[in-house]
Amino acid sequence: MRLVDTFSLAWGTLAQQPRRTALIGLAMSIGVGAVVVLTALGEGARGYVLEQFAGLGTNLIIVIPGRAETTGAAPGVLSGQSTRDLTLDDANAVARIPWVNDVAPLNVGSAQVTRGSLGREAVLLGSTAPLLTIRHMHLGIGHFLPPGPSDQALPVCVLGDKIRRELFGNANPLGGWVRIGDRRFRVIGTLAAQGQQMGFNTDEVVVIPVAAAQQLLNTPSLFRILIEARGRAAVQRVKEDTLALLKTRHEGEADVTVITQDAVLATFDRILTALTLAVGGIAAISLGVAGVLIMNVMLVSVAQRRAEIGLLKALGASGGNVRALFLVEAGLIASLGAAGGVVLGFAASFTLGRVYPQLPIVPPLWAVTAAVATAILAGLLFAWLPARRAAKLDAALSLTRR
Amino acid sequence: MIQLDQVSRTFEVGEQQVLALREVNLSIAAGEYIAIMGPSGSGKSTLLNLLGLLDRPSSGRYSLDGRDVTGLNEAESARVRREKIGFVFQFFHLVPRLDAAANIALPLVLAGIAPAERKQRVAQLLADVGLSERADHLPSQLSGGQLQRVAIARAMSMHPALLLADEPTGNLDRATGREVMGVLEGLNQRGATLIVITHDQEIGARARRRIVMEDGRVISDNAA
Ligand SMILES: Nc1ncnc2c1ncn2[C@@H]1O[C@H](COP(=O)(O)OP(=O)(O)OP(=O)(O)O)[C@@H](O)[C@H]1O
Ligand SMILES: [Mg+2]
Repeated sequence: MRLVDTFSLAWGTLAQQPRRTALIGLAMSIGVGAVVVLTALGEGARGYVLEQFAGLGTNLIIVIPGRAETTGAAPGVLSGQSTRDLTLDDANAVARIPWVNDVAPLNVGSAQVTRGSLGREAVLLGSTAPLLTIRHMHLGIGHFLPPGPSDQALPVCVLGDKIRRELFGNANPLGGWVRIGDRRFRVIGTLAAQGQQMGFNTDEVVVIPVAAAQQLLNTPSLFRILIEARGRAAVQRVKEDTLALLKTRHEGEADVTVITQDAVLATFDRILTALTLAVGGIAAISLGVAGVLIMNVMLVSVAQRRAEIGLLKALGASGGNVRALFLVEAGLIASLGAAGGVVLGFAASFTLGRVYPQLPIVPPLWAVTAAVATAILAGLLFAWLPARRAAKLDAALSLTRR
Repeated sequence: MIQLDQVSRTFEVGEQQVLALREVNLSIAAGEYIAIMGPSGSGKSTLLNLLGLLDRPSSGRYSLDGRDVTGLNEAESARVRREKIGFVFQFFHLVPRLDAAANIALPLVLAGIAPAERKQRVAQLLADVGLSERADHLPSQLSGGQLQRVAIARAMSMHPALLLADEPTGNLDRATGREVMGVLEGLNQRGATLIVITHDQEIGARARRRIVMEDGRVISDNAA
């Protein structure tokens, strides 16, 4: 029997019962549509988060004093070790590692910032000129910290947008003086309003030279060293070199932790991908339900069409021919349903994309392919039993009216 | 052409064993015209189903065209049915959603014959049974006699050597029945072996050879 004829015979049966065909198809459509739209949402969320991270710089490497992890380390490392502080000299040494684009030492504290009678508590960032580009901050007016040796405690500051508004109102802050702790700083620039950025509000900070911050906060050490590698490919290399360098500088003690934005990104990526898969998988269960529906309907259909099946056998159809007919019938319904589901899923994704324009909601190709394949596979799998039953039907018996 | 040796068929109905055929011996030559008669439940249909390879004997041996077909597997016997055997049934058994032409084409479709040739053959078959005008009529739009003529055309579409008809006139009035028998006899005259089950003495009398069955046995056979 020719394949075309098998399809056209199977199609004839389906077309004869349009409502039955449409209903099973609809069940499949809903399943496929659910997978498509839910994975689109998951991917959208993932894209959103990755985008946020990328905004912070994917080539970023952060050095933190102390060892963060305990697993796998030799037992001796764990206890009684005094961790050495990170210093400005460490930061300067790191800046000389190949493939390092820029380095910004960082100190963080909080301090009272006042101007005349106005004052408020602000987050104090002590750093150097490269901080602006490394952290992807945006300058409002004036200048950022001047370049130059990092151990110079120049009395200058850059104000976050909110601090500027609260201390200066509409007045021009450039050249004005503010008091931070017990020192006076001249305002040389302001940051543009950027708002919350991954849990860190640049509007409420005051940036001063790192040496000045160390004096204010009365500490010789650093909170972090921020490193920007020359491109994503160099990140891993710079990380290893930094670790090695700081180990030699700290008398052979590996007492710092180096994290890369890439690693954090990868972790988030993994978590969100897993979430998308889980959600898609749950939606895929409905495909199984649709499969069971197909099986039921086909079993009834086999019982109803006993005479026709017997006839086909009498006319020379083999069990294989009959089985193929029923499988193709199921496959056709499932394919139709899958096609409808893809349309449904894309339409829903498009609508959601309109409602949440900040989420990049696009159904991922792999999910669409997987959903369609699963639908057709489920259709065929669940049709197997009815098709086998039809193939094994006793022709003589089914032709007799008893 | 057909040789049955000690063929028996038993059905198990619950605990009971029903002996539908008891050690039947039969030999039929190519081109014969045979009527099988006998009371209800005597095993006529069972015999015909065995001859048509829709069923298998419980014991005994069946050879068709010199070939032992007793132990053929499912696909092989489907092939033999397709190529050598045509069936005509009491209840016509046309597929309701297919028109006359498509019903006639079914065996050709199953045999994998190309659409162009199918079309040509079906047109010829429709002409043979005098239904050229009805090619695109659905079974629900045809009379009993026309339905049976479509069924006969379908049975003949693969030019089978053996034509098996189980009470082909059982659902037709006498005149239409005669007409249908005329078509079948015409095919027999052109060389097909024709075996007809009938309860109608008049039709039985037209056959050259009459086999009478009772209780699963052949009790009379005017050729033997
Ligand atoms: N599939 C079956 N299962 C059980 N018993 C069967 C089956 N087929 C036939 N029989 C039995 O075998 C016997 C012969 O049946 P068969 O149909 O051959 O009779 P028949 O001569 O064709 O009768 P009728 O003239 O009424 O068609 C009957 O007793 C019938 O009940
Ligand atoms: Mg019978």
